[in-house]
Amino acid sequence: MPARSHAVFDAGLLGRAVVDAFRKLAPRAMVRNPVMFVVLVGSLCSTIVLANDLVTGRSGVGFTLQIAVWLWFTVLFANFAEAIAEGRGRAQADSLRQGRQLAHARRLAASDLGGPIDILDYQIVNALTLRTGDLFLAVPGDVIASDGEVIDGVASVDESAITGESAPVIRESGGDRSAVTGGTKVLSDHLVVRVTANPGETFMDRMIALVEGAARRKTPNEVALTILLSGLTIVFLLAVLTLEPFARYSGGSVPVPVLIALLVCLIPTTIGALLSAIGIAGMDRLVQHNVVAISGRAVEAAGDVSTLLLDKTGTITLGNRQAVEFVPMPGVSAEHLADRAQLASIADETPEGRSIVVLAKERHGLRGRSLENAQGEPDVRFVPFAATTRMSGVTMSGGEIRKGAGDAVAHWVIEAGGSVPSALATVVEGIARSGGTPLVVAERRSGPAQVLGVIHLKDVVKGGIRERFDRLRAMGIRTVMITGDNPLTAAAIARESGVDDFLAEARPEDKMALIRREQAGGRLVAMTGDGTNDAPALAQADVGVAMNSGTQAAKEAGNMVDLDSDPTKLIEIVEIGKQLLMTRGALTTFSIANDVAKYFAIIPAIFVATYPALGALNIMGLHSPESAILSSVIFNALVIVALIPLALRGVRYRPTGAASILRRNLLVYGLGGLAVPFFGIAAIDRVLVFLHLA
Amino acid sequence: MTAQGWLQIAVFSAIVVATTRPIGLYLERVYDGRITWLRPLEAGLYRLAGVDPDEDQHWTRYATGLLLFSLVSMLFTYVALRLQGALPLNPDGHGAVVDRQAFETAASFTTNTNWQSYAGEATMSPLSQMMQLGFHNFVSAAVGMGVALACIRALAGRRPGTIGNFWADLVRGTLYLFLPFAFVASLLYVQQGVIQNTSPAIVATTLEGAPQRIAMGPVASQEAIKQLGTNGGGFFNANAAHPFENPTPFTNLLSMLSIFLLPSALVYSFGRMVRNGRHAWTVWAAMASLFVVGVGSTYWAESQGNPLHVAAGVDATTTAESPGGNMEGKEQRFGVANSALYAVITTAASCGAVNAMHDSFTALGGLWPLLNMQLGEVVFGGVGAGLYGMLVMVVLTVFLAGLMVGRSPEYLGKRIGRREIQMVTLYVLTSSASVLALSALSVLAPSGRAGLGNSGPHGLTEILYAFSSTTANNGSAFAGLSGASYWYNTQFGLATLVGRFALIVPVLALAGFLAERRVAPETGGTLPVHGPLFLILLIGVIVVVGALTFFPALALGPIVEHLLLLQGRTF
Repeated sequence: MPARSHAVFDAGLLGRAVVDAFRKLAPRAMVRNPVMFVVLVGSLCSTIVLANDLVTGRSGVGFTLQIAVWLWFTVLFANFAEAIAEGRGRAQADSLRQGRQLAHARRLAASDLGGPIDILDYQIVNALTLRTGDLFLAVPGDVIASDGEVIDGVASVDESAITGESAPVIRESGGDRSAVTGGTKVLSDHLVVRVTANPGETFMDRMIALVEGAARRKTPNEVALTILLSGLTIVFLLAVLTLEPFARYSGGSVPVPVLIALLVCLIPTTIGALLSAIGIAGMDRLVQHNVVAISGRAVEAAGDVSTLLLDKTGTITLGNRQAVEFVPMPGVSAEHLADRAQLASIADETPEGRSIVVLAKERHGLRGRSLENAQGEPDVRFVPFAATTRMSGVTMSGGEIRKGAGDAVAHWVIEAGGSVPSALATVVEGIARSGGTPLVVAERRSGPAQVLGVIHLKDVVKGGIRERFDRLRAMGIRTVMITGDNPLTAAAIARESGVDDFLAEARPEDKMALIRREQAGGRLVAMTGDGTNDAPALAQADVGVAMNSGTQAAKEAGNMVDLDSDPTKLIEIVEIGKQLLMTRGALTTFSIANDVAKYFAIIPAIFVATYPALGALNIMGLHSPESAILSSVIFNALVIVALIPLALRGVRYRPTGAASILRRNLLVYGLGGLAVPFFGIAAIDRVLVFLHLA
Repeated sequence: MTAQGWLQIAVFSAIVVATTRPIGLYLERVYDGRITWLRPLEAGLYRLAGVDPDEDQHWTRYATGLLLFSLVSMLFTYVALRLQGALPLNPDGHGAVVDRQAFETAASFTTNTNWQSYAGEATMSPLSQMMQLGFHNFVSAAVGMGVALACIRALAGRRPGTIGNFWADLVRGTLYLFLPFAFVASLLYVQQGVIQNTSPAIVATTLEGAPQRIAMGPVASQEAIKQLGTNGGGFFNANAAHPFENPTPFTNLLSMLSIFLLPSALVYSFGRMVRNGRHAWTVWAAMASLFVVGVGSTYWAESQGNPLHVAAGVDATTTAESPGGNMEGKEQRFGVANSALYAVITTAASCGAVNAMHDSFTALGGLWPLLNMQLGEVVFGGVGAGLYGMLVMVVLTVFLAGLMVGRSPEYLGKRIGRREIQMVTLYVLTSSASVLALSALSVLAPSGRAGLGNSGPHGLTEILYAFSSTTANNGSAFAGLSGASYWYNTQFGLATLVGRFALIVPVLALAGFLAERRVAPETGGTLPVHGPLFLILLIGVIVVVGALTFFPALALGPIVEHLLLLQGRTF
C-alpha cells in the first residue's frame, strides 16, 4: 500500500493555515463551535475594556492588554488547528486533482438505447458537458472524462491517479470490472463508457470535497459531544457570572477581564478547539490508507463494528488453491503420479495448474516441461477444462491423461473400460474432510484407463491472518468468513485461520440474512464486496467497503471505497474509526481535568486582596495575582498548539480490550490532565516574572 | 475521635451492608407486582382511579401522570393549610398558615424536600400534620422510587419503548413499602418513648416557676415516614434533636438506618433487574466510598474542636466526663460521632432531618454536608432520587469513558447518543443553575441579606446551603438564616420545584429514550462498567462535575472561613 503521509507541519501548509486562522474569525463560522464562540466574545469584550482603559488612562493597562492578546491567540490557535487539518486534506485533494487536467471527451452520437454503436461517430466536447447516460469513447492516452460503466471493449487502464498503484488494471464490459473512474488513463485498446455521474458529482469530485473538509458534517458522536461541551460551557458561565455577586458580598470586586480570563480557562477550550481538527484528520488518515469514506458517520461507525464479514478468497486465503501433496493409488509410485500430473498440467495456466507443476518439481525433481518440449511424449495436445466434462488434461499420441473432480474422472475411467480402486473413495473423502480439494488423476494408454492417484489442493491461508484475528478478538470484534465452499471445507479453513465463525455455501441472500440477523442482535456489521451481487449487502451493512476494482453498483451501495482493492484493509479501517473516537474522548478528559489546576491558580489570585488567607490555596507558589491569571490564560492557549500534532495523528492505538485501553488513556490523559497544568502554569509564571511581564 | 465513635459508625455501616441484599430482593418483588397481600385494597384503588396497572406507559405519559398528581396534591395541601383554622382536629387552635409559607410548605413537601420555615409545633395542627404533611411524606417518596424504577426498567429493556406505569408504582410503593416499614418503625419509636397523641399542648411549671408549653401530637408516626421516605421534615422545630422525636441512642440508630436502608437496597434491586450485579455493586461502592470519606472528614473536623476554644484553654479531648471536640449545637446524648454521622447521612441521602445544628459545625465539618448536596444527592441519595441522580452521572461517565475506548458510548448495551446527552446536560445544568443563580440573587438583594444571622463567609455559606438544600430536595437547614420572608419563602419554594420536577422530566425522557434503544450484546470492546477502574472514573466525574461548578463559591464560603478561623477570625 503506498502510504501518502506527510509531516504534520509543513512550511507551505503553515503559511496558508495562519492566513486561514484569521479568515475563520468570521462569526458565522465561529457559531458552529459554541465553546470557541464564547472565547471569541470574551476576546471582543476584553478588547473593548482595554480600549476604554486606554482612553480613560486607567492603570494596569499592560495586564489587560496581555489578557486580551492571549485570548485572541486562543481563538486563533483553535482556528489554526482546524486550518492545518483542512490544509493537509487539501494537499491530498490537490494530488488527486492533478490527474484531472483534461478538457475534452469523445462523445459518441449513438445512445445505448438500441442499435449498434458506431465508435467513429464521435465529437470532441468539453468533459464538463457530459451528463448521465451519455456515451463516450476512450482511446489510449485519453484520460477518462467521467465516472462511468464500460458497455463495450476491454482495455488496460492506469488508475494510479486515485490508487497510487502503478500497475495497470483491466476494465471490460459486463462482469465485475466494468466500472471506470474519471481521471484515470486508458493505456491500450479502447472503451465505450456510459456516464454515470454528472460533473461535480463524480466519485473524484466527491472524494476531493470530502478530503478538503468542505462537505464535512458533524458525526453523531461529535454532535453529542458538542452538546455536552456547550452544556459545560454554560455551567461555567454561570459559575463565573455568579462570582461577581459573591465577590461583592465578600467586599471585593472582580475586574471584567479577569472574569473573562477565568471563564476561558474553565470552559473546555482544549477539546473545543481541536474537535473539528480531529474529525478532519480522521478522514485524512483514511485517505492516507487509500480509503475514501462517503461520510464521517461511516468512519465513526467503523469504530463501533462488532462483526466483520470477510470473504474467504483473497481476504483470508490467498486467491487460489495450491497443490500440497500427491497421494498415489496402491501399485502406483508417487513419482509416476507426480510425473503424469505435471504433464497433464503443463499447459494449464490456472494457478492451481501452476502449483501442480511446481510441487512436482519440488518433491520429485521433475523439471517443468512445455507442450513443445515434453520429453519422450510426442505430439501432446492440451485439453482445457470444460464445464461439461469437469476435467482437463492432455491427449498424446500414446494415450490420454485427465485430472478433475473425483466423480467425473471415475466416470471417464469406467467408460474407458477401467475400474475404480476402492482406496480412491477413502482418499478423496479424507482430503475433503481436511478442507482440501481432491483432484483425481487418471491415465489411459493402450488398454483400460487407470486411476493413478489424487492431488491434494488446498486453500493457503495468508500469513499473519491468525494474529490479525486475535487482535480483532481482543478488540471485541467477531469475524465471520463467507465462502461458497461446502461446510466441511469451510470449517477446516476457519479452524486454520482462526476466524470466529463461517457461513458456508453462501449465496448473496444468505449474506444479507446474516447481516440482518447480526443487526437485529444490536451488532454493527462491516463487510467488503466488489460484485454487483454484493451491492444489497454492502448497502445493508453499517460499514460497506467497496473495492475500487468492483462494479459501479457496489461502489454506490457501500459507504467507503478502498482504492487499493485490498479486502484485509477493513481491519485498518476499524482501527482508524476507533482511534478517532479515542482521540476525542482522551482530549475531552484532558481538557476537563485541566480545570482543577486552573482553579488553584486563579481563585486565590482573584480573592487574595479580599481574603489574604486564601493565599493558602496558591499551592503552585505563583508570583502575583496578575502573573497567576496570565499564566493560566497562556497555558490554556499554548496547550491547544501543543496538542495539534496529537489531534492530527490521533492517540496511540493498541488493539487490546476496552479495559486496558481505558486504563492507559485514563492514566495518560486523566491523570496527566490533572498534573500537567500544575507544572505548566508554574513554569509560565516563572518565565513571566523573568521577562518582567507580570 | 475515639474508638467508641468509630465503632458506632462501623456498626451502622455493617447493618446497612447486611440489609442491602434482603431488602433489595423485597423491593424488586414489590415493583414487579409479586407482593400481593393487600391485593383487594390495591385493586380497589386502581378501580377507583380507573387505571390499568399492567399498562406500560411511554415516558411522556408517565411524566404527565406524575406532574398532574403532584400538582393536584400540592394545590390540595396549599388550600388545606390556608383553611387550617376552620378544620377539625386542631386542639391548640392554630390559625391559617400564611400564604407564603403555605406555598413553600406545599411545594416543599410535594417535592420530598420538607424544608420548613416555621416551627412545626407552633404552626401545624395534628390534622395538617397527618393529612397533609404525612400524606406527602408517603407519596412523594413513592413518586421518587417510581422514577428510579422507570430508569431501571428502561435499562433492563424488557418492554421496549415503555418505562412502567406511574399509578402502579405509586400505589405499590406506598402500600407495600412505605406503609408497612413505617408502621413497624412507628411502634419501635413509641416503645422508646416517642409520643403519639392528638392532645393539646401541656403547660408545665418549671423549677424556676415559669410556665412552659410542651407541645403534643402524633410524632412517632410522622418520625417513621420522615426518615424512611427521606423527607426530613420534623414535627418539632428542633427536628431529631428534640427528645420527643429522637429520645435515645437506639432511636438515633433506627432513624439513621431508616434513612439509608431503602436507597442502599434499591441499588441492589437495580443490579438484579438489569441482570448486572457487578455494575450495581460498583455503583454502590462509589456511593459508599464518598460516604465513608464524608463521615471520616466530618467526624475528624468536629473532633478537633474550635481552635479558638482550644487556644483559650478549653480541653477538646474526649474523656469519660466530656464528649470533647466541638459540642456547640450538639446534643449530649448523641455526642460528636453520632452527630457527625447523622449530618453526613441526612445530607447524603437527601433526608434533611437533623439531630445537631449544622450551622454550629466547624467550617470544614459543615463543608461536607454542603458538598453532599451539591454533588447532586447521589451518595445513596433520596429514595429513588439518589439512584436516578446517580444514573445520570453514570451515563455521563460512560459517555466520556466510552469515547476513550474507541467506541460509540454504550451503557448496559444501550447506545448513548445525542438525545441522551441532551437530557444529561440539561440535568446537570438545571441543578447547578438553580443553586448558583438563586444564591447570587439573594446575596445581591437587600431582602436576601436581611435574613442572614451571620456575616462574612459564614453568611454566604448559609445562603449557599439553603439553596443547595432546597434544590437538592434535601430540606435540612444550616440554620442561622431566617427564611420566613416573602423573598425566601417564594424562592425556596421555587427551588424545590425546580430541583424536583425540572430534573425528573429530563430523567424520565432519558429513560424513555434508552427504553427505545435496542440492546447491543457486550463484547471485549465494550467499556466494562464494573470494577475498580470504573469506580474511580465514576467518583472522579461526580466530584469534578460537582466541585468544578461550586468551587469558586465554596472558596468564598466554608474554605475561607476555615482559613480565617485558623487566623483567629470568626463570623
